[in-house]
Order: sequence, then C-alpha cells, then structure tokens
Amino acid sequence: MQPGGCTQVNDRIEKRIELKAPISRVWRALTDYREFGEWFRVKLDGPFVPGQVSRGHITYPGYEHVKWEAAIQKMEPERLFSFTWAHPKSLDRAEYSEDYSKDPKTLVEFRLEKTPKGTLLTLTESGFDGLPSDRRLEAFRRNDGGWTEQMKNIEAYVAGKP
Amino acid sequence: MSQGSRRSVAAGQRARAPIFAALGDRTRLSLVGRLSKGGAYSISQLTQGSKMTRQAITKHLRVLENVRIVHGIRRGRESLFAFDPAPIEEIQNYLEFVSEQWDQALARLKSFVER
Repeated sequence: MQPGGCTQVNDRIEKRIELKAPISRVWRALTDYREFGEWFRVKLDGPFVPGQVSRGHITYPGYEHVKWEAAIQKMEPERLFSFTWAHPKSLDRAEYSEDYSKDPKTLVEFRLEKTPKGTLLTLTESGFDGLPSDRRLEAFRRNDGGWTEQMKNIEAYVAGKP
Repeated sequence: MSQGSRRSVAAGQRARAPIFAALGDRTRLSLVGRLSKGGAYSISQLTQGSKMTRQAITKHLRVLENVRIVHGIRRGRESLFAFDPAPIEEIQNYLEFVSEQWDQALARLKSFVER
C-alpha cells in the first residue's frame, strides 16, 4: 500500500521535511517556547515541561482570539518532542469557544534524525478518529475536487488489498 | 461564552461519529469503494464476489449506516444501500485544512532555522 494514499482516511497526517540546520538548532527551535512561538505564531506563557500544560495565544493574523493549549508529553533531547492538543469545534470568531475541555485531542509528534545535510524532521498528527463528524469549517472549504481525489485513494487502497 | 456557542458545542458532542473507525476496516472500505461509484445496491449484489456471508455484509453496512456514509432505501421487499459522501467530505475538508496549516508552519520553521 502506498502510505500517502489513504493517510487521510487513516486518521493521521504525516509530513517529512529536510532542514539545512544542525539537529541541535532544530531541537531548540522546537522546544524553546520563545523560538517555537516565533515560527508557529503563538505567544506562550512559559517553557515547555513534560507532563504540564502549555498555554498561550495564537498570534497568526485573524486568529488572535484563539487560545493555545497543549499538554506536553515527551521531550527526548534531539529525538522526540510531542504534545496533545484540542481541535476546537470552530475557529470562527463568532462560534469559537475557549473551553477546550470537551474537545477531542490529537497527538502531535516531532521526530528528528541527523542527515548528511542537516536534519530530517518528521511530523505526525494522529487521533483524528475522535473528532466529531459535524465539524463546521465552511470558511476553509476548498472546492478543488478533494472528494474525487479521495475516492481514487480509496479505490487504489481497495484494489491493492482485495 | 455565550449560550449559543455552548449549545453548538453540546450539539457537536452529541453528533460525534467515529467515521474514521468505520472506515478503518478493509471490508467496509471496499463496500464504500463499490457504493461510491453511485447507485443503490442490494445486499445480494454486495455479497457477490466476496467471501463473506450476507449477515456479515449486513453488519458492516449497518456500521456505515450509523455514521451516515451509507443509507438504506426500500424498494418493494428489498433493502438497497446507497452512498452518501457528506460525512467523509467533512472530515476530508477538515484534514486538508489541518494538513495545510502544518505545511505552512513547517515552511516557517524551515526559514527560521536556516536563516
């Protein structure tokens, strides 16, 4: 089975990116809360500590009302940084709720590997099977034939695994 | 938080449906693959070419029906099943949104560490 093919019905997002920077540099950008905040566009209240909840606010234009809240899971130096976070029902200002306690959580993992040119970063986000099906994000909908594409993926998957 | 948003959050919780779980099965995925070509099929038609019994196929169809991917239609004495793309489309759109956000965030990380 082609792993990319049914990633999206398989409850998981996975990205790989090669960074031309030493692993120690990437680790710092991921785990120093000020550096993380800069590229992720979030203003965090304090450092990441495994077992503790990290809090802050998104600084991405248009989403400044959105609260950041993540439960830090693992920090294995230069190997693995992970946290769980909630997927609020809606990010629209009118419908947005700050209470994430009932929202389903997904697990985000950053894995690092040293390469000759720098660092290979693998990001995974998993656990989408807990998400409600009626999530309303019309604002972000794209009419680009996503469903047709998805059906091809399902068909290819089925064809490969009769 | 307003009463309105409280209600919509509660509605979301009630309507939670494990679409991914329903699709995370080879037989059900294959049924969806077949039904998604359009039209309505009887259980006999869907059982043809499969090693599974009618009862087993029926059970899988009920699981898909529960998450509204499939709906039953009565035609005379026969029960037919048809596909409904809306629930998968919703999830697909949401995952595409999340996936795109990651692409953008990782691109920002890249320029951040490489500068």
